[in-house]
Amino acid sequence: MQPIRTVLTTLFAVVLIGALCVVRAAAEPVELKLWRHETRADELEQSFAAIERFNQSQEWWVVNVETLPAGSYTSAITASALAGQLPCILDLDQPVVPNFAWSGHIQPLEGLLSPATLSALTSGGKGTYKGHVYSVGQFDVVLVIFAVRSTLERYGIRIATQEEPYTADEFREFLRRIKAESTNVFPLDLNSRNTEEWLPYGYSPWIQSAGGDLIDRTTYLRADGVINGPKAIEVAYWYKSLFDEGLAEQRTVDEQALIQGRSVFHYTGSWEINRYTEHFGDDLVLMPPPDFGFGPKSGAGSWHWGISKSCEHPEGAAEFIEFLMRPEEIADLSNVRSLIPTTDEGAELSNYFNPDAPYRKLYEYAREYAVKRPETPGYPKISAAFEKAYLDIRYGKNVEDALDTAADAIEYDIKRNRGYGFGDR
Amino acid sequence: MAARKDYNGIWFTVPALALLSFSIVVPFLAAAVLTLTDQRMLTPNPTEFVGLENYSRLLSIKMRSVPKQVDEQGELARDADGNVIYERLRPILRADEKTRAYQIMTEFNFGESRYAVLVKDLVFWKALGNTFYFVILVVPIQIGVALGLALLVNSSIKGRTAFRTFFFAPVVTSMVVVSIVWSFLYNQHSGLINQVLGVFSGGGVVAINWLGSEQLALPSIALMSAWQGAGFQMLIILAGLQSVDKQLYEAARLDGANVWRQFIHVTLPGLRNTLVFVVIATTIAAFSLFVQVDVMTQGGPNDATATLIYHAVRSGFREQDVAYGASVAVVYFLLVLSVALIQRWLTRSADER
Repeated sequence: MQPIRTVLTTLFAVVLIGALCVVRAAAEPVELKLWRHETRADELEQSFAAIERFNQSQEWWVVNVETLPAGSYTSAITASALAGQLPCILDLDQPVVPNFAWSGHIQPLEGLLSPATLSALTSGGKGTYKGHVYSVGQFDVVLVIFAVRSTLERYGIRIATQEEPYTADEFREFLRRIKAESTNVFPLDLNSRNTEEWLPYGYSPWIQSAGGDLIDRTTYLRADGVINGPKAIEVAYWYKSLFDEGLAEQRTVDEQALIQGRSVFHYTGSWEINRYTEHFGDDLVLMPPPDFGFGPKSGAGSWHWGISKSCEHPEGAAEFIEFLMRPEEIADLSNVRSLIPTTDEGAELSNYFNPDAPYRKLYEYAREYAVKRPETPGYPKISAAFEKAYLDIRYGKNVEDALDTAADAIEYDIKRNRGYGFGDR
Repeated sequence: MAARKDYNGIWFTVPALALLSFSIVVPFLAAAVLTLTDQRMLTPNPTEFVGLENYSRLLSIKMRSVPKQVDEQGELARDADGNVIYERLRPILRADEKTRAYQIMTEFNFGESRYAVLVKDLVFWKALGNTFYFVILVVPIQIGVALGLALLVNSSIKGRTAFRTFFFAPVVTSMVVVSIVWSFLYNQHSGLINQVLGVFSGGGVVAINWLGSEQLALPSIALMSAWQGAGFQMLIILAGLQSVDKQLYEAARLDGANVWRQFIHVTLPGLRNTLVFVVIATTIAAFSLFVQVDVMTQGGPNDATATLIYHAVRSGFREQDVAYGASVAVVYFLLVLSVALIQRWLTRSADER
């Protein structure tokens, strides 16, 4: 019996030590890797501080952040996804979320995040694919026409409001009037030096405002007759006329045109608020985008947080994201760069967007005008095709030909990808 | 002994061959295999073997006639000037499964019949044309400038070291930076070049759209590229110039040859091998035009500056179609290889013939 007892005792000891080790290990916080894009220093500092606050707030998880250059960020995470090297938590540009969801690199957040957190978000705060939420964002931006009150008064041009936005034709008449009076300015700055995502983000809401779209959103399989449909053609002709008549510059040199009086309107995102407020003060006016018939529309969806499929502790990652989505965190980020909060509670607490704040109306624009770019994994191709068509039109290509080419390219891509999960074709 | 010698030679090439195969041969073969599949950047679909589908999309080209419009009586419809009106071809192409994937490259008339050249990938054909056009533009300019500069800094003028440094400076400047600076210079309304031209043309407003017009965009980029790159060729030609035997010039002078004849009969033959190398190297470099286009024009206006490499990168990365991007790259590689071989053959020296 003696040997058996010895064996049992030893076994007991081993189990005990093992169990102690497990308890010890559990006391050590588990590391969660996080990647985010590099951005302006103040926003990054806020992000690091928020991560630190999370790490201090509990003892189970410790989030380790790594930043990657913004210009190549999406390519970098795409390559990492291909290599199976994604971190647990990562930020993603909202339009690419469906692409990552479809390819199985990020996981749905229902069940991980509380239903209350998800339902509090504006549509721009959620990245979805096939009805499931795959990413959430703390902030959004909205498209705005910036102008200077005194300049508009000098030209006798009315100030557009949410109730009475400029109609597209009216807006163009104003631009023509300015051009006729002062030939050396381009009345409208369209950020035309920017390429890639700016074009679909900035210009495709016009098509939605006219009642058209980039792709048939009921099936996500058909672009012909939509991106080159009558509404889209109408908008493209309007856009073309801006350049043909010298109302906008084909390629701007810098972002100083409004400040230096080389333009009268600047159509761009709400990220310019700080700069323009500092320069113009109360003389600055913010106006909704032009109305093509169905009310002004604005792009929605900015940088979002997602959890990779390969994450070993999705519950920890979810806890972190849940922490970021608290109203005080959202308000804190919003205060740093006047980014528009994605929840009502966040807006209440923010300096710029609370109900009495000067830019409250931007929060309302963002809620009322928001149209997200098509939530399909095929979006990268839609974006590229739209960008190409709108650049070509700007430089004089026939509108119908340019849009037909875009439609063909998008549909070929959908076919090649077996419908992107939206049924075969 | 002879066999022993050959054996040594092979051993000496091993390091170079190993590096070359790791950095060029293996990636190229991998790319070549990719082109036979439908590999994407991000996809849950398994990669499938698709045979030559990518190449067929890339290279398909055909011609067909454009139907004329007929009115209700079956007569040819004519416009006010009595010209035949043609149908819009695209709906006809889309209706037929066989021509569905085709785009119209160009249409031309043969009498009253109109024909259209159809391709599947319009941008590829334009990029192919643009790439050759760029090479034809840039190689003579760049080598001409480089030869001129080399002769200049080889003469015994004062401060020639300073000149050598100035002329070489653009070469060591990042192409991205150079491209950004030059897009400011080329700006239609506030660019320095137009403003200077305005001053010289008597104070009028010059608004040449250097990068925004289909005719000028590629020549503008070629001019800039030649300026940026010429310093490098200058340096090589300079080395060549200094290796030409001084006694030959002396002899030429004694024979009464003037400077021009010395250049034609002494300098150029002396530079022969150097120039052959410079022409081949510059041509290959010119074929790979990418950065300038990416920064300055993004292939526009209307594909006037799209190049093969730009098309490959855009398809492979921006549009995530890795296999198709690789197909463009393989075609590009074969093209450059054959051009280099043809050049080498054309410029072979007498004892190689």
